Amino acid sequence: MAKVRFEDITFRYGNHYVLKNFSLEVESGQIMCLVGPSGCGKTTLVRCLLGLGKPETGEIYVGDRCLFSAKRRVNVPAERRNIGIVFQDYAVWPHMTVKENVLYPMKKRKVPKAEAEKRAMHALDQVNMREYANHLPSQLSGGQQQRVAIARALVGSEDLIVMDEPITNLDAKLREQMLAEIREIQRTIGTTILYITHDQQSALQLCDKMAIMQQDGSLCQVGTDEDIILRPESRFAFEFIGVSNFIPVVRQNGRCYLQGGKELIPWEEPIPEDLDLTKKVELGIRPNDIVFDPASPIRGKVKRSVFLGSEYDYFVLLGEKELRVQQSTLDAIQYGIVKEGSEIGLRLLNPRYYES
Amino acid sequence: MSYFSRRKNNRDLAAIDGRHFGLDQAMTGLSFILLAVIVVIPVFMIIYHAFFFEGKFSPELFSTQLLDKDNLASMWNTIKIAFWVTLLGTIVGVFYAWLLGRSDIPAKGLMRALFNIPYMFPPFLGAMAWDLLLNGRSGYLNRWLMDVFHLSKAPFNINSLGGIVFVELSYYFPFVFMQVVSALERMDPTLEESARIAGAKQTTVIRKITLPLVLPAISAGALLILISSLAHFGVPSILGFSQGIYTLPTRIYAVISRSGGSFDGIRQGAALSIMLVLVVAIALVIQKKVLSSGSYDIIKGKSMRPTLIKLRGAKLPLFLLAVLTLIFIVIVPLAMIFLVGLVKAYGLPLIPENFTLANYVKVFSSSGTLDSIRNSLFVSISAGIICMFLGTLIAYVVQKIRPKGKGVLEVLSVLPYSIPGTVLAIGVILAWSGDLGLNLYNTIWIILVAYLARYLSFSMKTSSAALLQVHPSLEEAARTCGASHTESLKDITLPLIRPAMVSGFFLIFLPAMREVTTSVLLYGPYTRTLGVQIYSLRDAGMMPQAAALGSVAIVLIIICNTIVTQITKDRKGV
Repeated sequence: MAKVRFEDITFRYGNHYVLKNFSLEVESGQIMCLVGPSGCGKTTLVRCLLGLGKPETGEIYVGDRCLFSAKRRVNVPAERRNIGIVFQDYAVWPHMTVKENVLYPMKKRKVPKAEAEKRAMHALDQVNMREYANHLPSQLSGGQQQRVAIARALVGSEDLIVMDEPITNLDAKLREQMLAEIREIQRTIGTTILYITHDQQSALQLCDKMAIMQQDGSLCQVGTDEDIILRPESRFAFEFIGVSNFIPVVRQNGRCYLQGGKELIPWEEPIPEDLDLTKKVELGIRPNDIVFDPASPIRGKVKRSVFLGSEYDYFVLLGEKELRVQQSTLDAIQYGIVKEGSEIGLRLLNPRYYES
Repeated sequence: MSYFSRRKNNRDLAAIDGRHFGLDQAMTGLSFILLAVIVVIPVFMIIYHAFFFEGKFSPELFSTQLLDKDNLASMWNTIKIAFWVTLLGTIVGVFYAWLLGRSDIPAKGLMRALFNIPYMFPPFLGAMAWDLLLNGRSGYLNRWLMDVFHLSKAPFNINSLGGIVFVELSYYFPFVFMQVVSALERMDPTLEESARIAGAKQTTVIRKITLPLVLPAISAGALLILISSLAHFGVPSILGFSQGIYTLPTRIYAVISRSGGSFDGIRQGAALSIMLVLVVAIALVIQKKVLSSGSYDIIKGKSMRPTLIKLRGAKLPLFLLAVLTLIFIVIVPLAMIFLVGLVKAYGLPLIPENFTLANYVKVFSSSGTLDSIRNSLFVSISAGIICMFLGTLIAYVVQKIRPKGKGVLEVLSVLPYSIPGTVLAIGVILAWSGDLGLNLYNTIWIILVAYLARYLSFSMKTSSAALLQVHPSLEEAARTCGASHTESLKDITLPLIRPAMVSGFFLIFLPAMREVTTSVLLYGPYTRTLGVQIYSLRDAGMMPQAAALGSVAIVLIIICNTIVTQITKDRKGV
């Protein structure tokens, strides 16, 4: 296991900066999920780490080892970086059997045959693929191929494994199962894992820590999953990790109002003192933090309700502003299902304020 | 974005290693140099010698050649023949493709196999066979018809423009046939079914749906016919010479062989070559205008089971027609070559009393023939192997390294394919007979060099297609596993494209074995190829021996072809 450090990485194509002065640290023995929308530079970062792309500036360390430094002109070639990788398309070599695939990294690193054999079988055991050792990849399903890719990454490096969207091609059930297995394997061997995804849901299931990347390639928040879910620091983080509502907040004559289209709704709750209301400010709130309360002065009109099994999904008009409201089925049954077209009082819990 | 970044990053791989001159650069440089030597120099030499004389610009040669009456006549012949062959070949090809691909005609598998035979059968052997049958004076069939019907004149004369068109047609229509059959098979049948459901009649469906969808395939096949026919040497030379019918390729050959290989003759040939290339170029432009080749994604890669059209009452007549066509274009010429190869003397009736194996004995006891087989095997195998590696190298550079100027590489490697073989031969003569310090004339090497240029695009295309299937992450995964760039090529990429490389080899080996167009201009006293040997045996009037050697060539080709289909059939799931 090893710590990974990116420092001041800049990468560009012509005038288009993919990464600009990017820095990130992954602690040893943790699963770090790097989450960001498609095209934000996640894959570019991974390629720099692997030695498949060359940044313009900055340094990359794994443990104490410097893999890249623009200043000191260090650039360790890909084959000597000792990093395990699971690609999005698995990249399992179709002309080799499962075992040959897993043996290959050790063959290249001149591990003695008997030892390599032992480690390969052990890795295949860990991903439950021992019985397929002599199969060709074309005889395996997508999920099985992915396990082979993980086994290959496991024997390739004990320090660090990078996974670049490894489960996007699997169906939902298998996806969940694979995530649990990756977690389990990481627990037993303690490798550092850098997991790249655009899907915050799988990131939540897997990670110790999460880093959220913005479209322009900058980091917007790094922290534990709880940190990020409960205390998103920016509007982007709030919006990216779940369904969200944003309501503009304005101050007129010393009082605060929520702006639902043209309509102004008085907002009496205390707002943070450091909030600068001369700028444009929005109140962010999750659908399940809006509850129905007939006594509340904030009134909304239910436009549509959709039953989703575990919850009811409502589209509620606050003035002209449409809000998503979710109510667990249990609550709905207990307090009565709100009918479409009816007017109802709303209470907003855990509001967060962001300058937009 | 990731696609773009891969392209870019791949180019940087060598630079990342900290080396300024890496494997990638070496391969790119090598590709450029080899193509310059093999392709650019011969092409340049033709243009230079057509317009320059002793270092000075002299367009007189070109203009006198261009205005020469005989040359213009041969150019006109070339165009007429190519036009009719392309038109009729396309019609015949599409008709039989539809019949075998979409109707319930019986014995499809067998018929399809038979329809592919003309594709591997050397056309000049077919021309020989038809000459034996329908020669205006002594053709077997003509004489028999004259006897039976008491005619004073031969009813057919194959030694005519019509005869040339007929024979070329029977060897070139499979180009369209094969393209269209495979397009029909890959077409989604629901496209036609929905038209039927929407109320269209069967004929409307064929006209409005099926035909437009296979149009790109038809146009690709027609293009192949057009180029091949314009550049074709074998058939018009065998059927036309005796009657003074020349096409541009045969005219070039005649000019050069009449001058005994003198420099003047070759220069005239160069000027004529430019005319021929111009005709080909104009034809390509016109063809592109007439048949704009749009591509439709509705034709999928995988085979589907199309609904077959019931022929009902037309089934038997159409079946008989197909069988008759097959007999005429496949069985008759084949049988003719084999039978004449057995006959004691040309002209004797083809009955068992007159049969002998003496021709074969004679053919195989003459050192010239054995040499020619050995030469052909040597050049074909060498050309196959060298092109296989060279084509793969260029394909790798073009597909994976993507250097600046990859378009130039692509064009250069495909260019010789649309240059007529005769023209290429002249370029090779001009380039490699001492002018540039290297004299290969009259050696086997000059034939090899010409073959390399002629067939390089075959292997380059198959390797390219295979490399496109190898996702860059496969190589990258190997690199992160500890393999150097060279090792990842050796362990991953090469094994994955090996089947394509092998089929690339055979794609070159087979046509090279029966090649006659370029080697007939390049051979020396000791470097006859199999094709040239058959050609000159016939030229010397030794018909039975030429036919016997022809039979040997056919058997060789059939054996090799069977091996190829076996190899390509059981390649592992890649």
